[in-house]
Amino acid sequence: MREADRLALRDPARARAFAERLRSLRPDRLVRIVHVCGTHEIAISEHGLRSLLPEGVEVLEGPGCPVCVTSTRDLDRAVKIALQGAIVCAFGDMLRVPGTDLTLEEARGLGADVRTVLSAADAVEVAWANPERQVIFFAVGFETTAPGTAAVILDAPPPNFSVLAAHKLIPPALETLMELPDVQVDGFLAPGHVSTIIGAGAYEALVRRHRVPVVVAGFEPLDVLYGIVLLLQQLRQGRAEVENAYPRAVTEEGNARALALIEAAFEVGPARWRGIGNLPASGLDIRAEHATCDAVQRFEVRVEEGDETPPGCRCADVLVARATPADCPLFGTACTPVAPVGPCMVGSEGACQVWYRYGGRPTL
Amino acid sequence: MCLAVPLKIVAVEGNVATVDTGAVRARARLDALGEDVEVGDYVLVHAGFAIRRLDPDDAQETLQLFDEMLASDEGG
Ligand code: SF4
Repeated sequence: MREADRLALRDPARARAFAERLRSLRPDRLVRIVHVCGTHEIAISEHGLRSLLPEGVEVLEGPGCPVCVTSTRDLDRAVKIALQGAIVCAFGDMLRVPGTDLTLEEARGLGADVRTVLSAADAVEVAWANPERQVIFFAVGFETTAPGTAAVILDAPPPNFSVLAAHKLIPPALETLMELPDVQVDGFLAPGHVSTIIGAGAYEALVRRHRVPVVVAGFEPLDVLYGIVLLLQQLRQGRAEVENAYPRAVTEEGNARALALIEAAFEVGPARWRGIGNLPASGLDIRAEHATCDAVQRFEVRVEEGDETPPGCRCADVLVARATPADCPLFGTACTPVAPVGPCMVGSEGACQVWYRYGGRPTL
Repeated sequence: MCLAVPLKIVAVEGNVATVDTGAVRARARLDALGEDVEVGDYVLVHAGFAIRRLDPDDAQETLQLFDEMLASDEGG
């Protein structure tokens, strides 16, 4: 998109018109909209969009930060593999997420070779460049990220390369939020770029089962406001449908090639989500035919189910939209991005870090 | 981390494109794209992989969508 177009999607006049429309949709009871994308939270917090919401409408971040929902078990496994002498390549945000005993960064301080990469493809290059070393890519992320990991698994990587797979799937997480006690969800703002891959149609089953409106939304301020207007309209009219408010990047069926790559490299299995627990059919395991690429098979490391949240930290509630960062007594005092206590303050898309950076709920 | 950014392709070699990020040139793999692209096209890139080709006029279409909704008297 050209820069001028991007600015057009931040046009203040239209934002005011949306705000007015939102006011006209003011509900007569508390309505809670949940999004599951750190990038949505950034758009909402950075542009102060909560100040435009009518009274009685809350927008919360659920399990939308892939770094934050990575279980301590997967993290501990990465730390132990690194301490055994392998090169562990991970996205930058992963380095400071607390494990049971150590973060990857602390493991590096103890001499482990932990490297930051921007892409699965970069990790493969590290493997080609270090043929005498074992190189592991710590693969986290949702459906947006999994196709890249799949592509490198399927693309004949060098024999010293393997993947520690911890990818997670968004629709099962949304299903779970609908079923958790004390979590009120009246509508979902579905993540635009996950939906680029899986397609808007991927939410139909959820909508039918739970009669909850789902609107797929983009990431510019007007995209988000438009998505919220569509959700409030559905609620007012008693509809529960999937609506695609981001057609410039999302189709009904999604990206067939990317889905085929995921299907060829992975099979759907249970996954452990930090703060939520074990969810069936919510993660991606490397298929048996690619077992040589599976770091779990290659490295015998014993890991226990570690402590998921440090004492006092409310990440587990923040990750299921049961609490906002401001509900945590440690927020901004004992817990800051410089000295994070929980994973929601570490991940740059974690609700706590985003609220710390931009201020989540405007006090206008 | 799920953010994908629209970037312009300045060169294509096999399944790797060079994209212009404004500040630097970066590479984007095309394996997961499933659409033909050429120099000058815009693609959404996430973690080093292009995931969708973008229509350069898409923002205008989006604005049209917004304006239609604002013009309607639905809701309120
Ligand atoms: S502010 Fe810190 S301690 Fe509190 S929930 Fe967030 S990450 Fe946990």
